[in-house]
Amino acid sequence: MKRIIEIERRAAPGDAPYIQSFIYETEDESATVATALSEINARVPLLDAGGEAAEPIRWESSCLQKKCGACAMVIDGRPALACDTRLSERGEVVRLSPLKKFPVVADLIVDRSKMMEALMTLRVWIEEDGRSHEKINEDVYEAARCIQCGCCLEVCPNFKSGGSFYGMAGMSPMARILSQTKGGALDERRKLYNKYIFEGCGKSLACRNICPAGLDIDRLLARSNAVSLWKRLMRR
Amino acid sequence: MKAMVNIIGAGLAGLSAAVTLAKAGIGCRLFSRQSSERAQSVMAEGGINAALDTMGEGDTTAEHFSDTMKGGVYLADPNAVRGLTEGAPDIVREFVRLGVPFQMKGETLVLRNFGGQKKKRTAYAKSSTGKMLMSALIDECRKYEARGLVMRFPHHDFLSLVTEGGAVTGCAIGDTFTGDRLVFSGPVILSAGGPAGLFSGHTTGTTQNTGDAAATAFFHGVRFANLEFIQYHPTTVGISGKRMLISEAARGEGGRLFIERNGRPWYFMEEKYPELKNLMPRDVVSREIYAVCRDPECGGQAYLDMTHLSDDTWRGKLSDLREECIHFLGIDPAAEHLPVEPGIHYFMGGIWVDERHRTNIKNLLAAGECACQYHGANRLGGNSLLGAVYGGKTAAETLSREILSAPGYMEGFEHAPAGEPTVLSGNERDPAFERRLTDILMEGLGIVRSEEGMRLCIERIEALLKEDGMSDRMKARASLGLAMAKSAIMRRESRGSHFRRDCPERDDENYKKTSTAECIDGRVITGYLDIPPLRETV
Repeated sequence: MKRIIEIERRAAPGDAPYIQSFIYETEDESATVATALSEINARVPLLDAGGEAAEPIRWESSCLQKKCGACAMVIDGRPALACDTRLSERGEVVRLSPLKKFPVVADLIVDRSKMMEALMTLRVWIEEDGRSHEKINEDVYEAARCIQCGCCLEVCPNFKSGGSFYGMAGMSPMARILSQTKGGALDERRKLYNKYIFEGCGKSLACRNICPAGLDIDRLLARSNAVSLWKRLMRR
Repeated sequence: MKAMVNIIGAGLAGLSAAVTLAKAGIGCRLFSRQSSERAQSVMAEGGINAALDTMGEGDTTAEHFSDTMKGGVYLADPNAVRGLTEGAPDIVREFVRLGVPFQMKGETLVLRNFGGQKKKRTAYAKSSTGKMLMSALIDECRKYEARGLVMRFPHHDFLSLVTEGGAVTGCAIGDTFTGDRLVFSGPVILSAGGPAGLFSGHTTGTTQNTGDAAATAFFHGVRFANLEFIQYHPTTVGISGKRMLISEAARGEGGRLFIERNGRPWYFMEEKYPELKNLMPRDVVSREIYAVCRDPECGGQAYLDMTHLSDDTWRGKLSDLREECIHFLGIDPAAEHLPVEPGIHYFMGGIWVDERHRTNIKNLLAAGECACQYHGANRLGGNSLLGAVYGGKTAAETLSREILSAPGYMEGFEHAPAGEPTVLSGNERDPAFERRLTDILMEGLGIVRSEEGMRLCIERIEALLKEDGMSDRMKARASLGLAMAKSAIMRRESRGSHFRRDCPERDDENYKKTSTAECIDGRVITGYLDIPPLRETV
């Protein structure tokens, strides 16, 4: 199979982007966008589709098994993991660009530290003893599977970088804490949840179909809303 | 500059060290190429061992100790292993407190069978145990980050140690986003993972475990140990760019290995090892698969049969493994047999550390897969997550004890470190060179080794080292590879994962020893150290 890999590139954060294409041919039907990027970068010399010398493509990867979220990028207009996108399932031209909701560092690398900051604001940690019980562990497991890739934020109509709505990348880790926390720590986190998740979520649920980990977002959202709103309803 | 401990690597061992230091009120910086969510630890699947005896089998920490020593063919430091196995139950209880969704019945942990162990001892969360431990520890670390005790540097590369008078005074770090080079004072804990990158494309590891941190440390005189012991996991499958692990949990929950012989399935592990069957230690299973696949009477391909597992097992314990097989291989293991082959999965050897995780260089400690501790010649499944957490904790405790007992220890690190960082030249990646080195190492350091094969491997790396245009960074990688091959060829016996067809027997008299390798003035020097005797307990 032969593909043209068309990449939106920039060498540094403030630079104007440009498009550079590379030709990638392989016999491997299971080859992914990640395979193509690795193999293109291993070429000596590295030439683009027009035969001009090119700099190595900057992108992030790690597990290559959709377990770590490193290689999230926009592929043919939709956010996805490079390791989870087979070239055989794409057209002749495969267009890659960096996630748009985060500042670009270079080429396909973005700075996702806003997601870490959101989890800090949400105080995503167990304050004292967490609960662990057969009955809640299925939900906890689901929540803790979030890989913090950022794909959900890319498609969310309500999420803006630097805004006060943290999106599903904030909701999912928070769902674990809400189901395992008690007392004053829980009260505090309910308030944070309402402020940064519940109030900003327009329920478009665009995130549901895009999550590479396939998180059961409906379930996590329903449980978390129930935990954090229950108290509010009781106060009325 | 605030005096803090520097931790290189934010996987399980690094996080464990950070949290332990923070609990003692000692600040640390946590450096990693990417955030902890991308660490190789999130890929660990099957579970974490601890003799909690919740299954009514009368399990004890003494049995966990003896299984670990036996599995490692008596090459691990027995005092360290005793600490590990005795500390394991508290570690798992602590993870329960942190809310890890282990498999439970009510509030009691359910344990599963794992290789090389007769009793159920492995706590697990389906087959995503590493991810679940990491999520819990990342959140715990955030708690201390909020208190100013942990500073995360999630896009920062280790460049070099800073040393003066033979002691570490700090480290040089590169910001991969800005390209800035930063120098920090303070003791260093290396927890950068195993050198999977020396065998790029042939391992179950991540692309970020390049081996650069290990190679740099080696080049700077840090002593390594047991480098010849490379674990081939029995059940892996090739996917694009790497090998995908089929967790040992598959066999722990009843999966059976077979190969076709004369037109019929032959369950070779069950026939040859009637006691532990498919759950023999990994080195044994991998060698058996290697042998039966080369047996002219057999079909050439081994399979894992899980088609008889119950719906409950698939749903409750292995749903993630099944999803992965369907997604990446197009095979539903509940309905079809999985073709499997051994693949590189873990490095038992690494930076030499003592029982307290100190290296041969003052103020430098190491933990996790980058250190040589606990697993001897072969690691048992379920002991890597345990070893990472316990090792990180032990390294941090060693440092905090030194820091708290020596007034002024940390004050010495409040200024820019004494000494200059010696950053290796050529820090850019060179995939073509790396691939050549990988090919040479794969030829010499397979599941079954030979004198000629290893000799050729050494000659080829030595020739590579003499080529023009080799940067220091390339030399460091090649030297670490050379150390692996030299450690392997000098061990003229077979033990654990090191199997030689020319010396197939174990030789305790000459080789029940820790092999060591050091790089002195660019030359790789190998040797042996005695294994410390097990101390009497008081």
